Amino acid sequence: MLRYILQRMLMMIPTLLGVAILCFFMLRLMPGDPVQMMMDGANVSKHVLDAERARLGLDQPIYIQFFKWLGGALTGDFGYSIWTGKPVLYEIGIRLELSLQVAVMATVLAVLLALPLGTLSAIYKDTWIDQSIRVFSIAGLAVPSFWLGMVIILFLLTWFSWIPPLTFTPFMQNPKANLLQLIWPALAVGYRYSAVSTRMMRSSILEVLQEDYIRTARAKGVYERLVISRHALRNALLPVITVIGIEFAFLVGGLVVTEQVFNLNGIGKLFVLAVSRGDYTMIQALVLLVSVVFVLVNFAIDLLYAVFDPRIRYR
Amino acid sequence: MKTLRVLAGLVLATIAFCVWPAAAPVPVDGGVLKFAVGAEPPNYDCHAQSSFAFIHPVRPHYSTLLKFDAPNYPKIVGDLAESWVVAKDGLTYTFKIRKGVKFHDGSILSAEDIKATYERIRKPPPGVLSLREEGYADISVIETPDPQTVVFRLKKPNASMLSNFASPWDCVYSAAKLKQDPRFPERNVMGTGPFVFVDHVAGSHWTGKKFDGYFEKGKPHLSGYIALFVAGAPMVNALSAGEIMAEFRGHSPADRDRLVKALGDKAVVQESPWVCSLVVTFNTRKKPFDDQRVRKALSLAVDRWGGAQALQKIALVRHVGGLLRPGYELATPEADLVKLPGFSKDINASRVEAKKLLADAGQTNLAFTLTNRNVAMPYTPVGIFLIDQWRQIGLNVKHEQLETKLYLAAQQKDNPTFDAAVDFNCDYMDEPNLQLQKYLSHDKSAINYAGQTDRVLDDLYDKQSGEIDKKKRIVLLRDFEKRALEQNYTIPTIWWHRIIVTNSKLKGWSITPSHYVGQDLADVWLDQ
Amino acid sequence: MNTAAAIIYKIPQRRHPAVQFMLHQPLGAAGLAFIVIMALVAIFAPLVTPYDPLTVDYGSMLAAPSWQHWMGTDSFGRDVFSRIIYGARTALAVGFLASLVGSTAGAVIGVISAYFGGKIDLLIQGIMDVLLSFPIIVLALVVVAMLGQKIILGVDVNLIVAIGIPMVPRVARVVRASALAIRELPYIDAARAAGFSNTRIIFRHMVPNVVAPYLIMLTAYVAQAILSEASLSFLGLGVTEPTASWGLMLSGSAADFYQQAPWMIVFPGLAISLAVFAFNLFGDSLRDWLDPKIQI
Repeated sequence: MLRYILQRMLMMIPTLLGVAILCFFMLRLMPGDPVQMMMDGANVSKHVLDAERARLGLDQPIYIQFFKWLGGALTGDFGYSIWTGKPVLYEIGIRLELSLQVAVMATVLAVLLALPLGTLSAIYKDTWIDQSIRVFSIAGLAVPSFWLGMVIILFLLTWFSWIPPLTFTPFMQNPKANLLQLIWPALAVGYRYSAVSTRMMRSSILEVLQEDYIRTARAKGVYERLVISRHALRNALLPVITVIGIEFAFLVGGLVVTEQVFNLNGIGKLFVLAVSRGDYTMIQALVLLVSVVFVLVNFAIDLLYAVFDPRIRYR
Repeated sequence: MKTLRVLAGLVLATIAFCVWPAAAPVPVDGGVLKFAVGAEPPNYDCHAQSSFAFIHPVRPHYSTLLKFDAPNYPKIVGDLAESWVVAKDGLTYTFKIRKGVKFHDGSILSAEDIKATYERIRKPPPGVLSLREEGYADISVIETPDPQTVVFRLKKPNASMLSNFASPWDCVYSAAKLKQDPRFPERNVMGTGPFVFVDHVAGSHWTGKKFDGYFEKGKPHLSGYIALFVAGAPMVNALSAGEIMAEFRGHSPADRDRLVKALGDKAVVQESPWVCSLVVTFNTRKKPFDDQRVRKALSLAVDRWGGAQALQKIALVRHVGGLLRPGYELATPEADLVKLPGFSKDINASRVEAKKLLADAGQTNLAFTLTNRNVAMPYTPVGIFLIDQWRQIGLNVKHEQLETKLYLAAQQKDNPTFDAAVDFNCDYMDEPNLQLQKYLSHDKSAINYAGQTDRVLDDLYDKQSGEIDKKKRIVLLRDFEKRALEQNYTIPTIWWHRIIVTNSKLKGWSITPSHYVGQDLADVWLDQ
Repeated sequence: MNTAAAIIYKIPQRRHPAVQFMLHQPLGAAGLAFIVIMALVAIFAPLVTPYDPLTVDYGSMLAAPSWQHWMGTDSFGRDVFSRIIYGARTALAVGFLASLVGSTAGAVIGVISAYFGGKIDLLIQGIMDVLLSFPIIVLALVVVAMLGQKIILGVDVNLIVAIGIPMVPRVARVVRASALAIRELPYIDAARAAGFSNTRIIFRHMVPNVVAPYLIMLTAYVAQAILSEASLSFLGLGVTEPTASWGLMLSGSAADFYQQAPWMIVFPGLAISLAVFAFNLFGDSLRDWLDPKIQI
């Protein structure tokens, strides 16, 4: 088991290195220039622009820039934002709490909805209960989260002449102000998220119900409810956890459009801004952050599988 | 339509009612002003910035030598300067500095600080970025005969020099701090302005609090301010919910109507022509845009008067003008403007002429791409308008809206390949030396993207810049404009119109034709 | 594969498979019907729409829904209904092409990876893992910013590539798994022993067996691509004005006007939702019908 864990951890390194290389060189191929962007058409002579590029180290050959950056990244120094000149990790740090919280809230919502709905849908397969739950969950996949967000804001503004607070308050400081701001985006993304999980829950239970040991249990005359709760649910949960884990990893960095709609100062908005400003160092760090979260979540899921499902071979 | 008309009436009524507060009420002290800023400043150095996103949160921390008197724009008044004298030959400017002005760290301001500031702007030390070196290129030496006097000596007369000293970008820094570290202002905010810097939460907001040692007694009225970085729909939502009191750049007419409807009698609307315009740049390095007839035809085809009528309902553009802002004292009055190519009110005649010019040039089936910026207001509506106008003389023009970074690169890279581009010209004050930069030869101006070389225009520019007699300057400006609008390397389209809706609690703020001036918030107060 | 067996088992009366599908998957059939209608409307858009979607009419800006303009007009006086119909063209073209490009590339990579195995498999899986760890929208955002626009026949090719790339690793993974199952079967060994070329074995034996997962993924990703297009256009990185696109209709001036002219955001949002809904219904049922074990 320990060997498996170590092996699995070593496998993360090439993936992350690949992400770093791909991202770094893709960005340098991007047309456009962050210094030009900073001046935004101001009347500035060329020597001033060149001096600024030199100061930011953008005039050096790309491979030298890369090794400098990689060297720093390996020691935990991700450099300074080209746009603000502040450390990249500081800029990310002040926004991470918000994004994490929205992701957690959406996850809770998704789990609370998905477990009962998915199970019901599977048990009553092809009845009206199943059909309506399926319609509800397929609709959740269809409605764009950002549009749902716009509709929520429109609703709050029209009926209550009220909008969620504009600045972030940490939960520990003032839970009410915090929730009043973040509950809406959590709802907007949570609906889609719960739909994904409900569908997985349904298909995973359906699959388990076809397994031999369920048939055996039923044949033995075990009550249907017991069959579901003791045998089916436990085994059906693993794939659902996988989906929830992966979606969670994506939510941390992927709330790109929703944060825009709700004007949330989170990782997603930072990402859009960094891309539009050509803030290379910031994009590199963000992409790496998102991949690290993703890789770690996957690692955790694999471990879970190894622990709970004896059929998995440690290769 | 009917609701729109009612709204328009309402808006006009509000304007008439509110722009001139009849009997000025006595300002109340206290309260924290919350307002929105549509973007975020990259760093804190006034001399290295050019965005309104910088001015709005940062300007209240600083003072300048002179400043524009917002309610009476373009009148210039002293800020740190108590009085000033300009020599008759226009070569010497002498300023008397106020006594006892304190920096936020308690040190006393002297003429040395002013000198150090302007030396930094005109000759930045290595590693320091200064965007406005050229505006002060005519200065030969700065002297400080005593702690309250600063003297600027010029190499040659410069008609824009006095208004340069009122530039909102020339924040006065402490000479002592600059001596320790010339890049001190990039990371630190320390000035003599009405508000002391508190904090800046990246991506979220900027906070300032009242400076008790501010040199103007009894000011500022506010106990502090919070500038929130919010743009677009969330900003308008926040204003209409009363979360914030203002946004000082400008709203579209639709936003204005929406806000007036939502806020009712709590909405105060102020409007003004704006020192900003969208222009079209033709890439003169490329066929057929190297042909003057083609460029002129494309300018003639644009119905500026009709477009202004229609677009003002949906976009923040409204005024038809040449190279200078309509309404500015040096600008060409309408009666003369309509005689210039592309500005006639008889659009059908202009279109006939345009078609003829295209036929002469052998370009009747001209097809090209208009490169535009993917910023909704006002780039998209103006782009759609232009394409529609060119379609009406039988041209097939494609619209290409690029993300800002790509858009800037498309125009500014070496050997650009765009055909025609929508470009912007936005300055912090009315001043030909600023507005005409776009029209100078490409080796003379960093913001010329058309790529032409025209020494006649360059020469006229230099002459008008050195002409301190206003009447003579106007003659030179007319000659410049006439040639520019005949050659059409870069053509003006429609000038912007600034609309500001504030909550009626906000008092003591007046609109100006520039969103860069009048933002030190010293006179602003909240009616609780 | 038990798929074939399952299908034969399901069709004792040997009805036409389409009829079978409709009988067993009524929701899926409804989705398919909607897709067909949408496609027809999009193809014959000029005949269906009352107005030209690009014609600017400053005389009737922001008109509320009425008999003249069923869904009102936008801030340029353009008919919202007509723009929605033309927007279906954009959505279907981009959605279908992106999904085709992404799924096909993914399928090819998956089959190659499975067939050759060993180091090639390991390398390909490594690259796919890298791509997989970018969120879809984030990857598309970077690719769009990197490639810019390249319009051929009215469609932005780079946008299609940007939306298609994130699908590649996901499809590759599923297809690889299906292909691996076959690789182990004795008849492939026999074919190899008989000296058949790699290409022949891949095309004659492996490809037919991954068709089901490929089709399922393809359908599912059309929906995903429509959503991605809408999101990117909303952010101003996808389709640009004046082309009609649902996501674009929700951004820019719509955001400014939406309290005063809610029809400007309600209808495009509904259009996106309905289209994606239909594709999901159909895709879901197709999966249940062809191969319920595949997880999209």
